[in-house]
Amino acid sequence: MFPELISARDLRGAIDAFVDHLVTDYADALEAISHPFLQLLVWLEQALRSAPWWLVVLAVMAIAWLVGRRVLLSLGMGLLLCGVGVLGLWDAGMQTLSLMIMATGLSVLIGIPLGIAMARLSWLRAVMLPVLDVMQTMPSFVYLIPVVMLFGLGKIPAIIATVIYAVPPLIRLTDLGIRLVDREVLEASRAFGATPRQQLFGVQLPLALPNIMAGINQTTMMALSMVVIASMIGARGLGYEVLLGINRLEVGRGLVAGLAIVALAILFDRITQSYGQRMRRGAAR
Amino acid sequence: MSKIEVRGIYKIFGHHPKKWLAAARGDGGAARLSKEELLAKSGHTLGLRDISLSIEEGSIYVIMGLSGSGKSTLIRHFNRLIDPTAGSILVDGVDVMSLGIRELEQFRRAKMSMVFQRFGLFPHRSVLDNAAYGLAVQGVARPERERRARHWLEQVGLAGFERQYPHQLSGGMQQRVGLARALATDAEILLMDEAFSALDPLIRREMQDQLLQLQARLNKTIVFITHDLDEALRLGNRIAILKDGELVQEGTPEDILLNPANDYVQAFLQEVNRTKVLNASHAVIPPRLTLTMRSRPAHALERMRALDYAYAPVLDGKRLAGVLTAEAAGQAAAQGLRDVSSVVEDLASVPATEGLDQVLARLVRSDQPVAVTGEDDEFLGMLSRKKVVELVTPAQGEEAGQAPEASGQGAPGPEPGQACGAQS
Repeated sequence: MFPELISARDLRGAIDAFVDHLVTDYADALEAISHPFLQLLVWLEQALRSAPWWLVVLAVMAIAWLVGRRVLLSLGMGLLLCGVGVLGLWDAGMQTLSLMIMATGLSVLIGIPLGIAMARLSWLRAVMLPVLDVMQTMPSFVYLIPVVMLFGLGKIPAIIATVIYAVPPLIRLTDLGIRLVDREVLEASRAFGATPRQQLFGVQLPLALPNIMAGINQTTMMALSMVVIASMIGARGLGYEVLLGINRLEVGRGLVAGLAIVALAILFDRITQSYGQRMRRGAAR
Repeated sequence: MSKIEVRGIYKIFGHHPKKWLAAARGDGGAARLSKEELLAKSGHTLGLRDISLSIEEGSIYVIMGLSGSGKSTLIRHFNRLIDPTAGSILVDGVDVMSLGIRELEQFRRAKMSMVFQRFGLFPHRSVLDNAAYGLAVQGVARPERERRARHWLEQVGLAGFERQYPHQLSGGMQQRVGLARALATDAEILLMDEAFSALDPLIRREMQDQLLQLQARLNKTIVFITHDLDEALRLGNRIAILKDGELVQEGTPEDILLNPANDYVQAFLQEVNRTKVLNASHAVIPPRLTLTMRSRPAHALERMRALDYAYAPVLDGKRLAGVLTAEAAGQAAAQGLRDVSSVVEDLASVPATEGLDQVLARLVRSDQPVAVTGEDDEFLGMLSRKKVVELVTPAQGEEAGQAPEASGQGAPGPEPGQACGAQS
């Protein structure tokens, strides 16, 4: 037996007490803070669900075309989305789509500034790297419980859990992209008297953009893989269909919903990737 | 006053450079550590040791050395891309080290621009936007900065390429963009860090010519880094040679070529085609006897005999008019001519700037005396065959060539140049 240096029971008790304390004292405040996000999410979901299906398909096709400038890609993305509808999962698909957009948006808002900061401050990098490792490897159920205790069941904890799981690749790739910028190119910008701000927005970020886009792509993929788990804490949508299928042992329901998730994944992946590729071509120019 | 003044710069790379500064300096009675000793003892790399330079306004100052000699480190001190461990850098009398962050940005925008070895172009910007970058940083409005960028792109021969991207251009063209970008800000000082080293020899030569042409018009202060001595000798008004972070020799190209400070410099010089660098002015002997068109024949003959000359150059004002041989002077005196003007013969001449290779070719073709002329045909002196030979064959010329020169019997046979040789 390993010698008992500290009492495991006491340690667990202390953590429990701390979380309890957080919940009793701060749950209301946290919920108030998260309220605007919830409203935005609800509004987005309502908009997607109440809009006529062809409008949504057209919008996705338009975005795909704007991003990739390829007609075939745009058509394919439209067909894929129609496929979700054909499988009878349009409504659930729109719920999942809105959750994804929200989670990706939040990830970008958090991930890119953090990545930039990491590239500039080596001490922050030293701190963040192990934190990112933990975020990526810690089983999500572990933080799902306290998050649910704090925010209650629903969309907000689902998004928080999704962001925690999905944001690390974006942070890493932003950091990497900025540090990979050619030293001489950056030196040139400094030699001409560019301020740190001009260096960042004029040189570093544009040149890191292909990597950042790859990070966003990774983030969306990982976010999609969280939908089933998110559905366990009250997020509706395709993940909930899969969960129902598991609970009722309805293989068909689970499989069809799973296929719809894959369809959405391909949608996100192709659109973000083709944007990244176009950026890469632009950067190689 | 000099444009850039560098005083006692030390640069030590490592975690605690200040701690080892005294050791590198040899302060406090301690022995001065060499670069290797410092590295072994402390893990710190000595980048530069006690560099002091003074760069004149309007000159091309070449800093040369092999890779690792610290030349790129040194040039980055001028605009403080690298901070020195000790020492000061004065640009126009302002200590660069005293500038705050904002002032430093302003200083880099206004005073200096830089051209990089691997061009340092922005791959995501068009050629025009690259050339306009320095102005964009300064906040110049788009129409104005594009107008100026276009002008400079035209100057470097890139009109019509504005919409291209750097990767679509060849290396030489990319560096032209780099040059246009540096010139567009109208900075007085141009820092060129091995700017032409990545280009192939023909393009490099073309770029050197272009730089010299531009410099003739713009008269900027250019600091040029290179590892190529031919390039250094071709471009530089002055040259500083670095080795292992130390200044080995500093001087004009001729100084360095004719008086190498040590074996290291000498080794560099082995590879150089001396005849391309040295010119007729290095082989000229100042005249001890010159005549004018109005000289009386008898008087001229008397003076030539006194010096035992077979001929003497005849001037018209400062310009070279021709040559008078002792024979012709004797005939003129016998005929009782009033002055020598009617018996003066043509004298071959070369401009002082003509390379020794050209001069040599001329000497081989004919054995007639040759005069050296400066601007507006001004007479500078006679060309010494012996000096030409000494300059072209350096190593032997230093020791073995010395003795016969003293006796004045270096050139065999009674050639007409002998008389001039005897003057030296």
